[in-house]
Amino acid sequence: MSNSTSIAMRPAKTPSGQLNILCKKLFSMKNLRGLISCVVFVALWQMVIVFDIPYLKNLPFPHDVAANAASSAVTLEYWMHWALSLFRIFVGFIIAQLLGVPLGLAMGISKTFKEFSFPAFEILRPIPPIAWIPLAILFWPTRELSIYFLVFIGAFYIQVINSMQGVQNISVNLKWAAFSLGAKPKDIFWRILLPGSLPSIITGMTVGMGVAWNVLIAAEMIAAKGGLGRTTWESYTNHNIPFIVVGMVSIGLAGSLCSVLVRWVGKKAMPWTKKF
Amino acid sequence: MANAKQLPGAISVRHVSKVYDPEGVNVEAMRDCTFDIAPGEFTIIVGPSGCGKTTLLNAVAGFDNITAGEIYLDGELISSPKHQIKPDVDRMVVFQNGALFPWKTVMENITYGPIVQGSLNKAQAQAKARQMLEMVCLNGMEDKYPEELSSGVQRRVEILRALINEPRVVMLDEPFRGLDAVAKTVMHEFLMQLFCNSPRTMFFITHDLDEAIFLGHKVVIMTTRPAQIKKIVNVDLPWPRQHSVMNTKEYIDLKSEVMDAVHEEAIKAFEAGEREMA
Repeated sequence: MSNSTSIAMRPAKTPSGQLNILCKKLFSMKNLRGLISCVVFVALWQMVIVFDIPYLKNLPFPHDVAANAASSAVTLEYWMHWALSLFRIFVGFIIAQLLGVPLGLAMGISKTFKEFSFPAFEILRPIPPIAWIPLAILFWPTRELSIYFLVFIGAFYIQVINSMQGVQNISVNLKWAAFSLGAKPKDIFWRILLPGSLPSIITGMTVGMGVAWNVLIAAEMIAAKGGLGRTTWESYTNHNIPFIVVGMVSIGLAGSLCSVLVRWVGKKAMPWTKKF
Repeated sequence: MANAKQLPGAISVRHVSKVYDPEGVNVEAMRDCTFDIAPGEFTIIVGPSGCGKTTLLNAVAGFDNITAGEIYLDGELISSPKHQIKPDVDRMVVFQNGALFPWKTVMENITYGPIVQGSLNKAQAQAKARQMLEMVCLNGMEDKYPEELSSGVQRRVEILRALINEPRVVMLDEPFRGLDAVAKTVMHEFLMQLFCNSPRTMFFITHDLDEAIFLGHKVVIMTTRPAQIKKIVNVDLPWPRQHSVMNTKEYIDLKSEVMDAVHEEAIKAFEAGEREMA
């Protein structure tokens, strides 16, 4: 049975064969089940309102949300909020990588440096980034700068820890192999330690990006002018309930967009993991 | 062996001892080991698990220092307690768990040595690597990454990465561990072919006694920890060997001689383990 299907799948060279395969992919069981789960979700949502479930009666109808989303998507203002949030993420996130990767690598490479710096680092690290909000506002001359700082805090510690562990997890055999092949200490850094810790650094970026979005939204709701978090909060104060949901979905989309971007960077930086 | 005498690669291990001292607890890994390896000799080191075979390899390779004795390579002192040890391109190591660089392709792995040493330019190194890959029927694998290869192919590539540097000594630490018995016989013939094409001193650690006698000119048997030299068995079977040699009486006699010595030590190691557990 399985044999005959694999033979039937084979003639993909002809245009009709390709179309056939495309249809099979598009209407695969996996996609159909995914579609059903979405339909059921929207139906349940609708029913929550129709049946007037206690505590949930402020929930807007799905079609109201959809209409609100459609009318928002054509305004420049909506996209300005996107741009503001994305810009804040990138500034804080990139500075966190630029400082976090070298610091983590240095801690991983030099035991002495780690012994000097790690204890102080470990005192600061457990403080949730959101707890920095009051001090951040006091420190920085503008709100904008304090938000960059908070996003930075969100991504920084994770990257330091990951870069450090990335170096420490490299097998000593690889270093020895490189030395006996004739490598010099500087070759060891660029050719062994850096590529060897890259998988861990990319993990640090992926996790850091998630935390950065958490922190950004909280900071925007409390302290920012504009941005997806702020506009979602303002639609609560203006009692524009459908837009609260639109804002939430927008934040989710923006966050996944950034994750996709980090994953793409990871794939480009580590071609040797392409098969996995 | 007559022309092998002109080769470099003589190793002399003189009264070598090694005591590890992690946090004040002395662990004696090697005690007064003395033996010689002639240039171009295929030397096998066998002994119970954890006895200190890898410690010996690390000392000869220049990865770890020794606490007493001297090690010479072609008359030159390469390790002693006062000596600043360092790995060198004349002693290449193929590691126990494999140490191909995962982020480099097969071609980049093999050419890494000559390029980083500056002994060949990139084009020359690639031409030489391609020739070697072809010789062992691995052509077409150049652009694959190690994790895309089977473990048998990984080991072959790692051996080529060592051989391209034309070292005086190749040191292999249980290189075929984890391969199945059938794959191993093929690997043995592969290694024997490489060795016949360009003989050089081999320092080969294993647990597998068939591997030891099939490949070795000489089998050095070590005692349980602290490792001492228990016995050296010369394997006077004609070279190059075919797998059929395993059915000859000479082979079977040699194997039982080695096995008796190893078994005795294994029992001591077993009992010592019981004591440590108690």
